[in-house]
Amino acid sequence: MKELWKINNPHNDDKVIDACSIFGAMDVSGKAFSGTGVIKAISNMHDRSNGLGGGFAVYGLYPDYAEHYAFHIMYLNEAARHETERFLKDNFYIVHDEIVPTKPTTGIINPPLFWRYFIDIGKHKPTEMADDDYLVDKVMTINATIEDVFVFSSGKNMGVFKGVGYPEQIAEFFRLDEYEGYLWTAHGRFPTNTPGWWGGAHPFSILDWTVVHNGEISSYGTNRRCLEEFGYKCTMQTDTEVVAYALDLLVRKHNLPMELVAKVLAPPFWNDINRLPPGKKELMLALRQVYGGLLLNGPFTFIIAHEGEMIGLTDRIRLRPLTVGEKGTMLYLSSEESAIRLISPELDNVWTPMGGEPVIGRLGKPLPSHKEPAGALR
Amino acid sequence: MEKTRTRKTTIDATGIYYRDLNAKLRSLVSQGIEDIEILNAYGQRYIGTDLNKPVTIEITGTPGNDLGSFMDGPTIIVHGNAQDGTGNTMNAGKIIVHGRAGDTTMLSARGGEIYIRDSVGYRAGIHIKEYGDKIPVLVIGGTAQDFVGEYMAGGVLVLLGINVENHPASYIGTGMHGGVIYLRGRVEEHQLGKEVGVAELSETDRVTFTRLVQEYCRHFGNNAEDILKQDFIKLYPKTLRPYGRLYTY
Repeated sequence: MKELWKINNPHNDDKVIDACSIFGAMDVSGKAFSGTGVIKAISNMHDRSNGLGGGFAVYGLYPDYAEHYAFHIMYLNEAARHETERFLKDNFYIVHDEIVPTKPTTGIINPPLFWRYFIDIGKHKPTEMADDDYLVDKVMTINATIEDVFVFSSGKNMGVFKGVGYPEQIAEFFRLDEYEGYLWTAHGRFPTNTPGWWGGAHPFSILDWTVVHNGEISSYGTNRRCLEEFGYKCTMQTDTEVVAYALDLLVRKHNLPMELVAKVLAPPFWNDINRLPPGKKELMLALRQVYGGLLLNGPFTFIIAHEGEMIGLTDRIRLRPLTVGEKGTMLYLSSEESAIRLISPELDNVWTPMGGEPVIGRLGKPLPSHKEPAGALR
Repeated sequence: MEKTRTRKTTIDATGIYYRDLNAKLRSLVSQGIEDIEILNAYGQRYIGTDLNKPVTIEITGTPGNDLGSFMDGPTIIVHGNAQDGTGNTMNAGKIIVHGRAGDTTMLSARGGEIYIRDSVGYRAGIHIKEYGDKIPVLVIGGTAQDFVGEYMAGGVLVLLGINVENHPASYIGTGMHGGVIYLRGRVEEHQLGKEVGVAELSETDRVTFTRLVQEYCRHFGNNAEDILKQDFIKLYPKTLRPYGRLYTY
């Protein structure tokens, strides 16, 4: 719906019960496109969120600094910036730093300061430690120990932009129509049981992993305890955070393929496992035994992204919606089909996946419909 | 008495907020307009909600969630796909979708008929119910995903299985305690809710079933004979009170 954000509930009833909106778009050919379409699509689902959180992740964002980690950091005051920059200089080599360009936007009230830093690990890291591990450790240290500062994006050639507001306001505030990337995800938040604050908006991110989420993770406590044993510190006061860390653990550290990661997060039910052929049955049993602490309970739809890959996944009984659309080399994931149709009216394929079955778009690979997911329905 | 000339109007829904669109529909219907065409629908919710006259609303585009919710008499025709919650708690009227529909199609309906040309998502027909001559009908040309007919308390749900090899759904009719499902082909025992029985169609079933297939074919141009000669089974609730003793030992 055209310029819907200019109509900000004129009916004076604030008590509107709703759900989050999520949207993802990826060109699997790797061609970069502007954020204009994605912004239009997520703002078409304006009424699913309530102005307490909006955000975007963009991949292929910083080709000129593709080899360097890009930190996006929010500061509540200049003192926090000075202390954090001292920490960065002590632990990294800063290649380039700049203020993140923003513009005054109606509805965006009292935003923090935003800076970005392109950094190298430099000589600081202990030789036996992997670069990524060193980086995760330092991000966790900043977020857990320095006051009034938040590192909310830390991957290479990608970036997260998020805050308190409707997604279309956040897009205007960060001037996202001026950026290009081959993969975009977006979120409009309707907070249920955790606070609406700038760091608590989606996407949640560590390294180049990002997660946007509609739903709630009832197993948050169990998942958090499991991740803390592996050194992850949960500091964002929001359930979705555990998913970003779970992905970092399962894929980067334990080398599981995404198809199996989906079976850790949303495993088949026991009676379904019992009917599986030998081999596959033992595999599913092993995953549940080893990674039981990372099973996600509760209703959810996620759009997960990292370099070269976008994944849509719902809970096992699909208590939150997800529609998949394809057009040419474009893959779309959305809470509602209308948002996809608005920017791509003539789709080649549209379907809703089965609960717990991941839909995966990969750079340079055929779109998911070429490998028909079980039970997918047009 | 001869019917007066049908009064027709067209709305371009581009950029119209859903509340304003539905207010406009109410206003047009109260003025006696009987035929409304909506162009460029992109996600506006509740289209046709609480209208209680036998008007016809023809929609091009992708109407939003809860299409025709609580409506009591209109006919809605969609040229495109419908989203989630189509016909939510409708009381009377018809919704015809020339495409697919999302999750919870016809949830909690008390009457009316819905015809979907292709397939539907999760929980189609959840807790539809009947009383007296008010019997909701949901006819799906393709198939459905999990929990189709969940907690069904009445009504008729048909899965024609056109171009479908195997029904993918699990938990079919979980908690079902009324109504009937007619389904093409076979499903495995583990796909059924434990409250569901399987039987052949009776003569009485055949009468209802034939009428619904013929109407589906009228809307979408399929050959009714071809569909009627396929094998269908009937799913029914084994008990009318599956949870009668759950909390009351």
